[in-house]
Amino acid sequence: MSEQSKGDLSLVALTKSFATFTAVHPLDLTIPQGSFFALLGPSGCGKTTTLRMIAGLEEPTGGRIRIGETDITDTKAYQRNVNTVFQSYALFPHMTVVDNVMFGLRRRGDKDAKAKANEVLELVQLGQVANKKPTQLSGGMQQRVALARALVNRPDVLLLDEPLGALDLKLRRQMQIELKRIQQEVGLTFIHVTHDQEEAMTMADSIAVMNAGRMEQLGDPATLYEQPRSTFVANFLGQSNLLRARVNPGGTDDMVTVRAHDVDLEVSREHLPDGVGDVWLGVRPEKLRLGESGGPNHLRGIVRDVSFSGVATQYSVEMPWGQELIVIQQNDGSNRATLGEAVTVSWAAQHGFALDASQDAEAGAELVDDHG
Amino acid sequence: MAETAVLSTGSAAPPSRRRRNWVPYALLLPGILWLIVFFVLPMVTLASQSLQEGNVDDGYVFTANFSIYVDALKQYWPQFVRSFVYAGIATGLALLLAYPLAYFIAQKAGRHKNLVLVLVIAPFFTSFLIRTLAWRTILSDDWFITTWAQNLHITDFLQAVGLTDNDSLLNSQFAVIMGLTYNFLPFMILPLYTSLERLDPRLIEAAGDLYASPWQTFRKVTWPLSLPGVVAGTLLTFIPAAGDFINARLLGNTQTTMIGSVIDAQFLRVLDYPLAAALSFILLILIVAMVSVYVRRAGTEELL
Repeated sequence: MSEQSKGDLSLVALTKSFATFTAVHPLDLTIPQGSFFALLGPSGCGKTTTLRMIAGLEEPTGGRIRIGETDITDTKAYQRNVNTVFQSYALFPHMTVVDNVMFGLRRRGDKDAKAKANEVLELVQLGQVANKKPTQLSGGMQQRVALARALVNRPDVLLLDEPLGALDLKLRRQMQIELKRIQQEVGLTFIHVTHDQEEAMTMADSIAVMNAGRMEQLGDPATLYEQPRSTFVANFLGQSNLLRARVNPGGTDDMVTVRAHDVDLEVSREHLPDGVGDVWLGVRPEKLRLGESGGPNHLRGIVRDVSFSGVATQYSVEMPWGQELIVIQQNDGSNRATLGEAVTVSWAAQHGFALDASQDAEAGAELVDDHG
Repeated sequence: MAETAVLSTGSAAPPSRRRRNWVPYALLLPGILWLIVFFVLPMVTLASQSLQEGNVDDGYVFTANFSIYVDALKQYWPQFVRSFVYAGIATGLALLLAYPLAYFIAQKAGRHKNLVLVLVIAPFFTSFLIRTLAWRTILSDDWFITTWAQNLHITDFLQAVGLTDNDSLLNSQFAVIMGLTYNFLPFMILPLYTSLERLDPRLIEAAGDLYASPWQTFRKVTWPLSLPGVVAGTLLTFIPAAGDFINARLLGNTQTTMIGSVIDAQFLRVLDYPLAAALSFILLILIVAMVSVYVRRAGTEELL
C-alpha cells in the first residue's frame, strides 16, 4: 500500500469544458479527510464529471486537484490513490468475487492480498460467496463486492458514483445505513455522488448542491434544509412554500418584517440576505401549522386538498391571491381540517427564510419528481 | 406463439403441449437433412473409397486396405507438417494484424464502424482465386514491392531465415504464408470484432481505477474477455489454411507443396482415389485432434 501522506482533498478552480458547453464551471471545494461528503444535484449538473476528474477518468480543462500537499492533477487514474465504486459496478465477469476484490492489491504487488480481500469481504458480509462469479450474485451483493473492491485498497479518497441507483427502495435504505457504518468503521474520505436528496441527507456529513455546472450551496444537511440560500436548494432539498414579499424598512436586531400580499410577516434577520428588497419568503410545509400559534405570521385560506399518509396529513391551502400552500401536519392528535374549510395557517418567525426574488421560484422543483 | 398458447389455455391443453414438443425437432429437420446429404454421406463414401483397391478403368473393390493410411503418412508426412506450420504461422500473423484492427473498429470507430466493417469484407466480392492471382502481381520481380524489399535488405533477411531461396519474393514459402494470411484475415477479424464489441468499456475504466497500467489492463481484462473471439478466429483461420491448395500452387514452388495440393493432385490428375481419400481423412483427424486439445487448453468454456 502506498504510504504517501493523506490529507484533505482540495479542488482549486476545477473546470471541465466541452466544445459546446461547460460541464463544470470553476469549482473550489475542500473536502476534509475522513468525512462523508455528498455531491448532490439533478442529472447533468456536473457532479459525475467532477467525480470522474477526481478519479482521473476525465481530464480537467483547468484547475488543480490536491490530496493533502500532493498535486494529482496530472497523474493517470492508475497512479492515483483514489478508487471508485461505479454506478454499473463494473465487476470483472471472468474473475471470482475474491479475485475482483484482490485486483487492486495485486497490481500493487501486495503480499497479503488474499487475507486483506477476505477481511473486507467479511466487513461487507460476503465471506461465503468469495469464490462465486459476480453474475451469480444479486444486485445488492454485486454492489457490496464493488464497494469491497474499492475499500480494500484503503484509498485516500473513495468515490461513489450513484452506487445505490440500481437497487430497489428497501435495499437502498439498508445499504445507506450500511455504507455509513462502514465509512465510520474504516475512517476513509467518501465522496458520494447522488441525485437523491434524501440519500444525501441521510448519509453525508456535508453536502455540496450542484446545479448547471456550479455549486449552489455547501453545508451540513440540517443547514441546507433549514437555511437554503437559493430557490434551487429550497426546492431540490424537500419542498418549500415561497411567498413573494418586500422587505419593510427598519425592524429590530433579530427580526425584520416583510410585506407579502398586503400582510406583514416576520422573519429572523439572520435568514435574510443582505441588501435585497424583493424576496421570496420560504417556509417548509412541516413548519406550517393549521390554526393560530400566537405569533405574527398567519395567513387565512381555504383547504383545497387533503391527503392522509399515516404519520402525517398533507393539506393544500389556497390563499386569497390564488397560490396554494402545502401544509404537512403530524398526526399527533392536533386539530384536523376538512376539504373546503376556511383555516388559518401560521408559523414561527425563525422557521422562515428569505431568498433574493430575482431567482426563479420553480428552480429545482420540477427535477425532484423525476428521480423519486 | 406456442408458449402463449400454453399459458392462455392453462394446464389442461394436451394438443398445444404436444405441438410445443415436436416444434424444435421440426425446425432442426432441414438442417439435419442437409448435413446427412452433404456431410455424412460424402464422409461415408470417402471412408469406404479410401479402403478400396483398383483403378478408374477397371473399377474398385472394397478390400479393407488399412495399410494405405500407413503408406500415405509415410510418404506425405513432410507435406502434412508443412501445412500445419504454414497455417500456424499465418494464423499467428493474422491474429497480430487483426486484434488491433478489431479493437479499433469495436471500441473507437464510432459512426464509421459499419463502413470499416464493409471494407473488411470487401475482398469477398471477388473470387478467392482472383485475389490470390493478384498477389502474383504484387510480389512479382518487376513490381516496386520487391525492389523496395531488396533495397531495404528485407529479401536478404528472408533468405537468411530460409523463407525465400533467392532475391525475389514470389514462388517461396514467404509468398505462400503471406497469401494464406491475407486470404483468411477477415475470418480472424470478424469473430474478434464481435467479442471486442461486447467488451464493456467501463471495465477498462475500472481496471485503470484499480491501479492497472494500460498493459496490465490489456493482459488481465481485455485479453481474457476477448478469448472466445480469439479461439473462434484462430480456428476459422487455421482450419481452412491447413487444407488450402490454392496459395501453395500459385505463390509457392515445388518445395512448398501443402497437403491440400497433394490431395487435389491425387484426386484430379493422378486419379488415385483411395490414396486421396485416405489423405483427406488423415487431415481431418489431425485437425480435429489439434482443435480439441487447443479448445480445452484455451479454457474458454465458461466464457462462452
